[in-house]
Amino acid sequence: MRVEQISIFLENKAGRLAEVTAILRDAGVNIRALSLADTTDFGVLRLIVNNNQAAKDALKKEGFTVGTTDVIAAVVEDTPGGLNNILDPLTIQGINVEYMYAFANPRGNNAIMIFRFDDLERAISILNEKSIEIIKGEDVYNL
Amino acid sequence: MSIYNMDFETMPREALKAIQLTRLQATLERVYANVPFYRNSFKKAKITPGDIKSLDDIQRIPFTTKQDLRDNYPYDMFAVPMENIVRIHASSGTTGRPTVVGYTKRDIDTWAGLMARSLAAGGATRGDILHNAYGYGLFTGGLGVHYGAEKLGASVIPVSGGNTKRQIVIMRDFKPTILTGTPSYILHLAEIAEEMGVSFKDLSFKFGIFGAEPWSEKMREELEAKLNLKAVDIYGLSEVMGPGVAIECHEAQKGLHIFEDHFIPEIINPDTGENLPYGETGELVFTSLTKEAFPIIRYRTRDITSLNPEPCICGRTHVRMNRVSGRTDDMLIIRGVNVFPSQIESILMKTHDIQPHYQLVVDRVDNLDTLTVRVEIREELFSDAIKNLQNLELKISKDIKEYLGVSAKIKLVEPKAIERSQGKAVRVVDNRNI
Repeated sequence: MRVEQISIFLENKAGRLAEVTAILRDAGVNIRALSLADTTDFGVLRLIVNNNQAAKDALKKEGFTVGTTDVIAAVVEDTPGGLNNILDPLTIQGINVEYMYAFANPRGNNAIMIFRFDDLERAISILNEKSIEIIKGEDVYNL
Repeated sequence: MSIYNMDFETMPREALKAIQLTRLQATLERVYANVPFYRNSFKKAKITPGDIKSLDDIQRIPFTTKQDLRDNYPYDMFAVPMENIVRIHASSGTTGRPTVVGYTKRDIDTWAGLMARSLAAGGATRGDILHNAYGYGLFTGGLGVHYGAEKLGASVIPVSGGNTKRQIVIMRDFKPTILTGTPSYILHLAEIAEEMGVSFKDLSFKFGIFGAEPWSEKMREELEAKLNLKAVDIYGLSEVMGPGVAIECHEAQKGLHIFEDHFIPEIINPDTGENLPYGETGELVFTSLTKEAFPIIRYRTRDITSLNPEPCICGRTHVRMNRVSGRTDDMLIIRGVNVFPSQIESILMKTHDIQPHYQLVVDRVDNLDTLTVRVEIREELFSDAIKNLQNLELKISKDIKEYLGVSAKIKLVEPKAIERSQGKAVRVVDNRNI
């Protein structure tokens, strides 16, 4: 049920992001989704890619600090209230969203939302109860 | 009259040397009898005070270091019983033990006399009003200058540091003619005055006597232009006495006269401990000749400078030390607080259980020193959540404030972001241009 996300520490410097994506390009890694969180001094780039190991190896070799985190990928219906169907049951149960980002599902008419929760296990079981579709890691990497 | 003690300050060098030897021998006898640390260190070097028969023999005596003072914390270096101590000062801002120094009544009087000489050399007379912006407290600056000013007979305003706006009102209304303080604080004061619409051109200052931190000729030019006064440099350290160990004369403004009837200065090669001749640059070492409570023998100041024996236009015969050009250790003075990179390292390791690469960057923003600690982020510290990283920065900053008493901004950087010079990280970047 989990999707492995890699995260990279970046200083706020011109061209730094392009260096990361160039490294991934040269390693033959394809990016499925990404988000960049930033402060005035630094940022954290979070990526879902098709080949985590290759991405991590290539980035570490170039001296980047790389972390991995489990997140989940949930399908969000492309209708008003689609996101609330997911968030409301979690809110009732007191599950906190650390961050989230979305990308369009190339295989359907919906969006895929990546969530990082403070309590991943409970979030998964709540979403299962509500029959929210959660996409397996393999399937996300190979979209 | 700008020379306070004509007899001693202009004494022919031969006579001065004779006094130095007599006083040195008496001091050595006293510390040997009363301070176990010195007795042991003399014994280890297989000498007794009686072996010191000439000034050159001083080179046979072992050095004293800051670590020795810490090891004898708080009172074990005192050479008189506590009942004879009338004042205690301590150095600021080091982890673990500060260095504690004591003074007898006579020491306070000696110190006041040397500060009176210093103020006079810097242009003060008994008719002057002195605005003393050195901090009063454990730090020797405030009280040291204060007693000297009273000894000289000047009127002293004990304003201390801080409360900058009130200081400017006092400067305008009380019309002080002599200004004393740390150069960086004085420049800050000048800026606030400007903001308040008070021009130093309209104030009454004639001379400024600045010290307790390193400054440069460039800063002197800036201070003199902004403050409309003549600025002189003063040197001292609590381990040796406090301010008033050496002073620039306002006539030459070229090097600081060391009061050699009270202190013997030496310049040594910091690596080998060998003595260097006049003119050569090395580490400054001091021996006190008249102190009772806290005599100090061959104390390594870690300050790098050279000595100039050439006669001075002011008439003083005492040797001059040039501006301190650096330190043999990597100590930084940030807003008057001593900071060693190793202290930051120990905080990073102790409280965060990591041995990261780090770098201290010191800047001067609006004439106040700022410290930024750059820490390379490694996987153990890294988190995908921004708030965790920001909390890490805050935690380190809080620890540094708590342990060292200095505010630091923490900046996480990428691995290898800190420049390595021959494989070794560059620990300190000082951008202050002083």
